[in-house]
Amino acid sequence: MAKSNILARTGNEAMAEAMRQVNPDVVAAYPITPATEIVQIFASFVADGLVDTEFVPVESEHSAMSACIGAASAGGRVMTGTSSQGLALMAEMLYIAAGLRLPIVLSDVNRALSSPINIHCDHSDTMMVRDSGWIQIFSENAQEAYDNMVQAVKIAEAVKLPVVVTTDGFIISHGMERIEILDDAEVKKFIGDYKPEHYLLNFEKPITVGALDLTDYYFEHKRQEIEAMKASTPVIIAVGSEFGKKTGRSYGLFEKYKMEDAEAVMIAMGSTAGTAKVKIDELRAKGLKAGLLKPRVFRPFPKEEIADALKGAKAVAVMDRSDSMNAQEGPLCLEVKAALYDKAANKPVLNYVYGLGGREIKPEDIGTVFDDLFEASKGKEKPGVSYLGVRE
Amino acid sequence: MAEKTKKIKKPGWKELPEADLIIGGGTALEFKTGDWRSERPVHIPEKCINCLTCWAYCPDSAVIVKEGKVVGFNYDYCKGCGICMHECPVKGKAIKMVPERDAKTETRK
Ligand code: SF4
Ligand code: SF4
Repeated sequence: MAKSNILARTGNEAMAEAMRQVNPDVVAAYPITPATEIVQIFASFVADGLVDTEFVPVESEHSAMSACIGAASAGGRVMTGTSSQGLALMAEMLYIAAGLRLPIVLSDVNRALSSPINIHCDHSDTMMVRDSGWIQIFSENAQEAYDNMVQAVKIAEAVKLPVVVTTDGFIISHGMERIEILDDAEVKKFIGDYKPEHYLLNFEKPITVGALDLTDYYFEHKRQEIEAMKASTPVIIAVGSEFGKKTGRSYGLFEKYKMEDAEAVMIAMGSTAGTAKVKIDELRAKGLKAGLLKPRVFRPFPKEEIADALKGAKAVAVMDRSDSMNAQEGPLCLEVKAALYDKAANKPVLNYVYGLGGREIKPEDIGTVFDDLFEASKGKEKPGVSYLGVRE
Repeated sequence: MAEKTKKIKKPGWKELPEADLIIGGGTALEFKTGDWRSERPVHIPEKCINCLTCWAYCPDSAVIVKEGKVVGFNYDYCKGCGICMHECPVKGKAIKMVPERDAKTETRK
């Protein structure tokens, strides 16, 4: 195992620290609450000569992602950061980055989308671009934010797909924690040099990037992109275990917490998973068989693996920190249900839409969900979707 | 001049270069754009003063010039915009635009 350095860092600082160690060729960014600090701190690393990065301050997030696409097409290792409306403004360019198969790494600090205007955490921004072709990795805390950023670079370059790593606005981004980071040289060794096969600044091997692709080729290129997304699963697992060997912190597609014999299982992403663990410990102390499944990778969605992990569960609660506005379930619940359907696993799946616009979720709230789950597992009828924490 | 375009089997997704890349330089030559044309320019040598204005203005470099003289158009790339005809300074024009459906008989004349 490699040496680890213990630091006190917020989620934003942890992400900036990872970016410093990655030392990308280009960072193009525009500030937005609560992600501003990531690129602001990184800009000071540039000013202080701690990195060799070309920092491009731009006039909007649309331009930020456009500049990232240009720099990555040219052959550079490229990173950026944003949140909420910024990610929404980038949306057009996100699809282009993925379609051009550029391994850009983006840190997104999850924040609600307007309207109504709000700067606090929910997952609507990341969910809005869930089908853009970016690999999506969620973090539970600042440590995972750092770890995921470092791994994202290696994953992106191996599978030629962009990766977005998320934290939860303010809860993780501005909360200070004890984190462990690797030495700079270890990170450098872990990610290696970036050597793209084709890039625009290679004058020996000219290429055309982004050519018009009509009825006769578009479908084939999209089919390739879908396959790349599928093929990224084993790479994400391999990178997670290699990272584990270096740090003692291994990563997979999702984390199972007290799942071995769990009858009531909660599925939650991001910081809420931490809150759920506290409650589950309490329930376990009372002899109740509660467990947590924390998806880390939302795209590609690990449907087989999640369906298998839920085999023993008698009832499942899916926590959605956003709503699909489809008058049905939230996005995570839809995925989980589809996964279970394919395995013909018919069991109560309750959906809880919670925490919109940063509405707090406390251990007591988690407790009420588990109360429902234990009742549902005994056959009691429960509503399919509940809005947890909203005033009636 | 215009090669017979053969029906070629297009590559499947496993054979295509990834990422919508076109590998190699000068590949625009392989992409024949002339099939959009609804009208084609036809040269009238008797009226032509070989000023080469049409050659300079053609956005597709489709005016063929040999030894300082206009000899015709490359219909693989000419998209029938009519700029050459429009810019031709000769009274009564040394280029006329002919609808594609009539083109075969007209060009033979
Ligand atoms: S019609 Fe247009 S494309 Fe064709 S030769 Fe004339 S100027 Fe060129
Ligand atoms: S512009 Fe008219 S006159 Fe001049 S070279 Fe072309 S066809 Fe001839």
